[in-house]
Amino acid sequence: MSVDTLTPGTYDNRTAFADELIALAENDDRIVAVCNDSVGSSNLVGFRDRFPDRLINVGIAEQNLVGVGAGLANRGLIPFVCAAGPFLTGRSLEQVKADVAYSAHKVILCGMSPGMAYGELGPTHHSVEDLSWLRALPDLDIVVPADREQTRRAVRGAVETPRPTYIRVGRHKVPDTTVESTPWERGRMQVLRDGGDVTLIGTGTLVSRALQAADALADEGIRARVLNASWIAPFDEDAVARAAAETGGIVVAEEANIAGGLGAAVASVVAQLPTNRVRVRLLGLREFAPTGSTDFLLEHFGLTAAGYVRAAREVLGRA
Amino acid sequence: MDKDVSQIGRWQEERDRIRAAEGPQRDSLLHERAQWTRRSIVTMIQKAKAGHIGGDFSVTDILTVLFNDVLRIDPADPAWAERDRFILSKGHCAAALYSTLAWCGFFSPSELDTFMAPLSPLNGHPNRRKVPGVETNTGPLGHGLPIGVGAAIAARLTHGPERVFVVLGDGEMQEGSNWEALMSAAHYRLDNLTITIDRNRLQQGAGTEETNSLDPLPEKLDAFGWEVREIDGHDYAALIQAYRPSMSGRPVAVIANTVKGKGVSFIENRVEWHHKVPDAAQVELALEELA
Repeated sequence: MSVDTLTPGTYDNRTAFADELIALAENDDRIVAVCNDSVGSSNLVGFRDRFPDRLINVGIAEQNLVGVGAGLANRGLIPFVCAAGPFLTGRSLEQVKADVAYSAHKVILCGMSPGMAYGELGPTHHSVEDLSWLRALPDLDIVVPADREQTRRAVRGAVETPRPTYIRVGRHKVPDTTVESTPWERGRMQVLRDGGDVTLIGTGTLVSRALQAADALADEGIRARVLNASWIAPFDEDAVARAAAETGGIVVAEEANIAGGLGAAVASVVAQLPTNRVRVRLLGLREFAPTGSTDFLLEHFGLTAAGYVRAAREVLGRA
Repeated sequence: MDKDVSQIGRWQEERDRIRAAEGPQRDSLLHERAQWTRRSIVTMIQKAKAGHIGGDFSVTDILTVLFNDVLRIDPADPAWAERDRFILSKGHCAAALYSTLAWCGFFSPSELDTFMAPLSPLNGHPNRRKVPGVETNTGPLGHGLPIGVGAAIAARLTHGPERVFVVLGDGEMQEGSNWEALMSAAHYRLDNLTITIDRNRLQQGAGTEETNSLDPLPEKLDAFGWEVREIDGHDYAALIQAYRPSMSGRPVAVIANTVKGKGVSFIENRVEWHHKVPDAAQVELALEELA
C-alpha cells in the first residue's frame, strides 16, 4: 500500500456506511434498516427516501429494536439494526445475547457513533463498553472498520456471511488508512506496516494514530509493525502470537475500556503462549471520561500517536 | 434431531379429524390430546427432576388448539418460509412445547425422555439451533413479542400469507420490552399478529396482582391499540374462535384466563407448584387424574 494512493483529509465513516447500504439494497430487497428514532444520527435519511417501506423506525425502544431485528431475520430478511452504540449494546444486551447470538439470527447490529464520539455529552453517551460486553458473547462477529474502505467492506461482508455481526460505525472523522487492495479477511488483522522491533495494535480511530506513531518511532530508529485489528471477533490469535515471537513488545490502544476489550484479547493470547518474554502495554479507558470533546478525551487518555510512542519506548526499555 | 415421519402422519390424521369435528366431539378430541401432553409433561419432569409444571399445565390447552387446529405448519419442513410463526415467549414452559412439537412429529416422541439430560437438545429453555419447530431461543422473559413484531413486519414486507402467534405468561407482562412491542405492533397495525396471554394470575413468587398488578389488563391492551378477546383459556371452542383473523385491522390480544397447574387437583392454583417437582406418589396421583 502506498500512502500516495490514500485520499487526503478525514471522513465520517457513517457516510460510507450509508452509501454502501443503499447500493446493496438496490439489488437485494431482503435488506431492511431498523432504527430507534435515529434516522438522522444513523445517517439513514437517504435510505428512507429511497426505500421508505424498508425503513422500520420503532421509536425510542431499544429492546424492541433488537427483537424486531431478530424477527425480521427469522423470515430471511437482512436487517441492519442501527442505533447509537451505547444504547444498542447496553440497553439491549440481553436481546443481543438471546435473540441474536444464541438464536443465531443473522442480524447486523450497527453501533453508530461509538467510542467517545459524543464527546461532551458524557459517559452515558459514550460506547466504550461495547467491545467488552459483546466479546463475551459466542457466535457474534465484531468488526471495527478503521476507515471508509473498511466500512464499505464490513457492510458487504455482513450481508454475505450467515452469521450475526456487530459493526462499530465511526463518527469521529478519520483519515483513510487502507486501500481497496489491502487484504480483508474475516478474523484477520491487517499488517499495515511491517517492522521487527515493536508491534503497535490499533482498532478504529486508533489505526491512523498507530501509523503516525510508527513514523515517529522510525525517526528514532525503531521499526514498528502496525496491526489493524478490524476484527475483534473472531480474534486473530496468530497475528498476536507472531508479534510476540518476532517483536520486542506490544502496545495495544483502543477507544474503549481496557477491561475486556481488544487489549484484554491480546493479553489473553500473550499470557497463554508457551514461552513468552514480550512486554505488553494496554492503552484505553479505566474510568468514566470527564467532560471534553472527542479530541480532548482521546488526548486525555493518551490515545494518540504520542501515547503509542511513549508506551513503545517503555516496553522496549528505552523510556 | 431425527424427524418422525410416522408421527407426522398420526398428527395429520388427528388434525384432520379435529378440524372436521364440531361441538362436544371436537372438545373431546382436543381434551384427549391435551391430557396426553400433560401426562408427557409429568413424566418428563419426574425424570429430569426439574421443570415448570404449573405454567406447563396452564398453557397446554392453548398449545393443543394452536398446533392441532390453527397453525399452518409442516413438521416435515420446519424451515418452510411461509409457515405460521409460533413463539413461546414463556420459554420456561419448554416441557409443554417439546411434548407438543414431538406429537406433531418435528422429532420423535422418544426424545422427550432426554429432557434436560446432559447434552440433550431439550434444554430447560428451547433452543432453535437444536430443536426443529422452535423459532427463537426464549427463557429470559419479555423477548418473544418483539421478535413476533419483527416477524409480522417481515410477513407484510414479503407479502407472505403467514400469521405470527406469540404466547406470553401473564407475569411476563411486567417486562417493559413487551410494552415497547405492544406499541410497535399497534403503530404498524399488524393484524397478522396474535398474542395469547396465559392469564393464570400466578407468577413464581406470588399472585400477579400482589406482585405488580396487571389489571385492568384488557383495558390496557385496548388503550395500546389492540383488539382484545378475553376468554376461558381451557374452553377449546372459545380458543378456536379467539384465533380467527383480526376483524379490525389491529393486532389481536387473546387474554386466556387459565388455571395454573390445570388438570391436577393438588397442583392447581398453588404458587409453590411453579417449579416444584412431584415425588413418586404425586406422579402416580397426577397420572391417575390425567388418565
